[in-house]
Amino acid sequence: MNHSISLTVNGARRDFVLDDPRVTLLDLLRERLHLTGTKKGCDRGQCGACTILVDGKRINSCLALAISHDGADILTIEGVARGDQLHPVQAAFIAHDGFQCGFCTPGQIMSAIGMMSEAQAGNDPERIRECMSGNLCRCGAYAGIVDAVLEAQGHMDESNQRRSA
Amino acid sequence: MPELNLTSAPAHLRHGSNIGQPLTRRDGVLKVTGRATYAADNHPPGMLFAVIAVSSIARGRVTSLDVAAAKRHPGVVDVMTPDHKPELAIDPEIKTNPFVFRMEALHSNEVRYANQPIAVVIAETLEAATEGAALLAPRYETLPPLVGLDAGESFVPPVVGVGNPTENHRGDVEAGLASAEKRIEATYETPPQYHNAMEPHAIVVQWDGDRLSVDMPTQGLMLSLARIAELFGIAHDKIQIRSPFLGGGFGSKGLMGGPPVLGIMAAKLVGRPIKLVLRREQMYGPVGHRAPTRQRLRIGADGEGRLTALDHHARTVSSTFDDFYEPAADASHTLYAAPAIRTSHDAVRVNTGTPLFMRAPGEATGSIALESAIDEMAWACGMDPLAFRLKNYAEIEPITGKPFSSKALRACYEQGAARFGWAKRSLRPRQMRDDAGLLVGWGMGTATFPALMFQAEARAAIRRDGSGVMEIGAHDMGQGAWTALAQIAADGLGLDVDRVEFKAGTSDLPDAGIAGGSAHTATAGAAIHSAGAAVIARLADLATNDERSPLFGAGNAGVIARDGRLIRRDDESRGESYSEILARAGVAEVEARGTGAPNPAAMEEYAMHAHGAVFAEVKVDPDLGQVRVTRMVGAFAAGRIVNPRMVQSQLFGGMIWGMSFALHEEAITDRRSGRIMNANLGEYHIPVNADVPPLDVITVEEHDPHVNALGIKGVGEIGITGSAGAVANAVWHATGVRVRRFPIRIEELLTQL
Amino acid sequence: MKPFDYVRPATVAEAVAAAALPGAVFLAAGTNLLDLMKGGVSRPDRLVDVTHLDGLDQIERLADGSVRIGALVSNADLAHDADFARSYPAVAEALLSGASAQLRNAATVGGNLLQRTRCAYFYDTASRCNKREAGSGCDARDGENRSHAVLGWSESCIATHPSDFGVPLVALDAVVEIEGRGGRREIALDQLHRLPGDTPERDSALEPGDLIVAVRLPPAARGFAAHARYLKVRERTSYAFAVVSAAAALRIENGKIAEARLALGGVAAKPWRARGAEDVLRNVAPTADAFQEAAWRALADAKPSGDNAFKIELARRIVVRALLLAAAGTPARIPALPASPFAATSGAIHA
Repeated sequence: MNHSISLTVNGARRDFVLDDPRVTLLDLLRERLHLTGTKKGCDRGQCGACTILVDGKRINSCLALAISHDGADILTIEGVARGDQLHPVQAAFIAHDGFQCGFCTPGQIMSAIGMMSEAQAGNDPERIRECMSGNLCRCGAYAGIVDAVLEAQGHMDESNQRRSA
Repeated sequence: MPELNLTSAPAHLRHGSNIGQPLTRRDGVLKVTGRATYAADNHPPGMLFAVIAVSSIARGRVTSLDVAAAKRHPGVVDVMTPDHKPELAIDPEIKTNPFVFRMEALHSNEVRYANQPIAVVIAETLEAATEGAALLAPRYETLPPLVGLDAGESFVPPVVGVGNPTENHRGDVEAGLASAEKRIEATYETPPQYHNAMEPHAIVVQWDGDRLSVDMPTQGLMLSLARIAELFGIAHDKIQIRSPFLGGGFGSKGLMGGPPVLGIMAAKLVGRPIKLVLRREQMYGPVGHRAPTRQRLRIGADGEGRLTALDHHARTVSSTFDDFYEPAADASHTLYAAPAIRTSHDAVRVNTGTPLFMRAPGEATGSIALESAIDEMAWACGMDPLAFRLKNYAEIEPITGKPFSSKALRACYEQGAARFGWAKRSLRPRQMRDDAGLLVGWGMGTATFPALMFQAEARAAIRRDGSGVMEIGAHDMGQGAWTALAQIAADGLGLDVDRVEFKAGTSDLPDAGIAGGSAHTATAGAAIHSAGAAVIARLADLATNDERSPLFGAGNAGVIARDGRLIRRDDESRGESYSEILARAGVAEVEARGTGAPNPAAMEEYAMHAHGAVFAEVKVDPDLGQVRVTRMVGAFAAGRIVNPRMVQSQLFGGMIWGMSFALHEEAITDRRSGRIMNANLGEYHIPVNADVPPLDVITVEEHDPHVNALGIKGVGEIGITGSAGAVANAVWHATGVRVRRFPIRIEELLTQL
Repeated sequence: MKPFDYVRPATVAEAVAAAALPGAVFLAAGTNLLDLMKGGVSRPDRLVDVTHLDGLDQIERLADGSVRIGALVSNADLAHDADFARSYPAVAEALLSGASAQLRNAATVGGNLLQRTRCAYFYDTASRCNKREAGSGCDARDGENRSHAVLGWSESCIATHPSDFGVPLVALDAVVEIEGRGGRREIALDQLHRLPGDTPERDSALEPGDLIVAVRLPPAARGFAAHARYLKVRERTSYAFAVVSAAAALRIENGKIAEARLALGGVAAKPWRARGAEDVLRNVAPTADAFQEAAWRALADAKPSGDNAFKIELARRIVVRALLLAAAGTPARIPALPASPFAATSGAIHA
């Protein structure tokens, strides 16, 4: 049975016919929309490599059926930078060497962006570690990841202060 | 300032311009924007999806597969089975060289381990292929599997690791033990571990007639290419492999395994491009793992805490059909100055996928046992663990008697201990608590890893516009080859790194050898260095033989390459740019090749190793037994540091692996079925962010004129050694409980706390 | 994954009718269901997607002082609701100690309670499992079972229920509102999950078509806000299921425990309410001795189902610690490491 669904992906509306309800958001992005920045590490919600934002919230796209998310607003790693201008989290990941092989990195960055908007961790390294624990990194770049998030959080706090001043 | 001095000054003094700078990753933007393409990100037109079906039994035979059911599923195109598959040019059971391991290419119905590939379903969509594989519902004739370290008759393998002797000895161990005042004998167990790179093994294959195009992550482009060529009976120049980025390798992507071969076969069978990606659970079988060990250490010491004997025996396993033996006991060869040392191994065969190299194979496994035992002996002697290690500091390599090419371990101990604050440690265990009442323990371990060299080749060119090219089929699995090797290339070419086009990661480039053994930067770097020197020499030839050049008559020995110019060594005001030289000569570019290789004379003369000292603090809940590492300091001396930022990341990663070895990771095998019961990332625990405390790495300066032209020792694996033992020793110091089975489980502490 | 029909009912009644058919299951966030389907553990014919139903995603404070949590409220939204977390701190702490931030953003209240066991033999379709396939046998009983049940297990099943959320909920007398073919009814959460007995294939008291629409905490549940904690021992600092956990909640009046609530997680096929231990604590001073006695009482009927005798001792110690923490008072803010034994480390070390 075919199902018509529409999604907003990185700001652009995408209407399409889904011929199989089994397709997850992850496989839809990677294999049908050819947005391969989002990675499949485990396909079972156990590694976080597939993290994307759905309606502003970070989730594991491997455990989400595309058909159930008809109408959703999706942000993937491809939609984070503005042209050549990196998002502060992206820039901070480079500056702090928050990755090695880079495979978990899109998920880490999407998770960090989602975490910052949840506003639970602030600039407390221990809370950041806990709140980023859904993203495994086998290379062990955790120290750089925490430093990168702290720096990006600092940028965000500054620009918020400027805005409110 | 980029400079290449072409006089005969010692090579290791030449560098320090691009090399040594903490550049950020040159592939960083690609990786943070999702534009770095890993193998599974490719999608050639007309591509089909292939999904492997694996055996659920560990030993026996597949008696039937419901191919019809799979084919009935909409979208399924074909099912590849032992009865329906393209033939290979050679039997995959034949070991054509020591780096060929036996694989399952659907050449038999026999099942030798759980999760062994038994069929491949090919379909228009991933969903169809996945369900098609489930519908095969295999039936089996099952035999009782061989499981565990006592599975059957043990035997002494002919070699361990890659060609290491199974047994080594120096001096009389029994006499040393007999004369000792203090003796300990202890047995340590380490579990099977799986690499679990975040990127699952994947391949995208396109056949075009007899030409083959392959995207797959590999730590050994040319080894993979050669293996594909012989299996499919095609010439090397008909094959191209692209592996620009590996999503982690850790040894599991070093040698060609069965799954990518099945992908190539499937593409041949259906005549269309194929993508085949392993599911996470399928990585617990056909792509290698670290074998379990049981290690017995017997150590003797005299009244002053000097070792009199060190006996290290390791039992390990291999598969029932191939041979790889974790060389765990070899860890005792280099570190401690015992006058008598014996190391030995034996093994049993079990129904498992063949074990393989996994980050510090042998070194990591042996290190946690050795460092635990040394700690136990220090305590038996009533000595501080660092003082005990210094007392037994090896000035020459104990097992061979050779001098070290360089060894800054003493400085590692000093600097690491100072940074950690080791001097305040209580000698006795279970003396320290924090504000919240948690037990606090401090432990240490010595790190060591051999400085290896393999073979590599590189091609360098200088172009008319003054820019440089460096080509080498090198591999970036996260260690930073795109950056570090480009830095070496820039220095080799006398250019700023931005003026060098650095090409790597494909099989049509010169052979960079294998990215393993912590030797890739050294090996590929040496080839790059030599290619750079050779191309500069050609450029210098052009200039110094041309009477219109200000360098005329200077001769090669009198020229320095710096900032895109050649200048006279004796008069730096005289020189000209690369582009001027090439323009006048009327050539578009000059090129040259260079090689990197081990130096047999140096290997004969010297023991060559990197060293380090790791200090760890753990906290243990005194009632509940849960452990958390709260601090780690590692000081490492590993020769020349090409890029301190990336070296720090490599060492951090290794230290986290060490922590994981001590506290977390373990594959759990059902002893009845031989199945791994936690073949997933939910229950096979690797550390999460919250497990990892603030880490501190010190790189101790070390100049080694012998290891290779650049003085590089490698940092990819040493971090795990020492760290695992340091954490285990810290747990003992916190609790007074010595756990000898790893990872340390809550229940082992709980019952003794 | 087996092909399935996907239906998206417009109303709760439609959902109930659609899910009452054989082979049909509800789909909420799917964080557990999709995992099970990918592993072949669950092979439904029809998915009834309830995520688009209106009115099930509210947290309502009712006039009588109780709170009603819609079944589709996400774990994260509930835990981060400031008023909820203040009133039911142990519930919020338990929620935040479960899974990962991503999973908590997706997973729902109803789904959390109905998640299946994490027993490896249940997940491994090549193994025998009475819960997955009635009457097939239990390979866990003589297998790798150090994490299995020590309370309420039977020879046919030794699996545990993995929810953290359910543990403080059952301690606080939560009630589950169910819409079924016969209309709406409610049962105590303590009655929702079943012990295995001879029928471990039935996890819960739900009938075909039954949809959990809300979970309610009664007015009295707020009375424990000042002294309520959840404590969870795991094999890594975060993103791991409990080896054993406990929720402890006390109402302290004039230096004595007026009422105690205690439940254990990771020990049985359901969140395990320890009523006997609660009785021990009534009208006594909150002392370590009293908590020790309560712990013994809580585990009085425990017995190992395999290589897991340690869990009984661990559970006793967790009970004592959780009660001590609760007695010390609910922290002003949920700790950085929710429910962790390391939640409160300050760092200063004393020799």
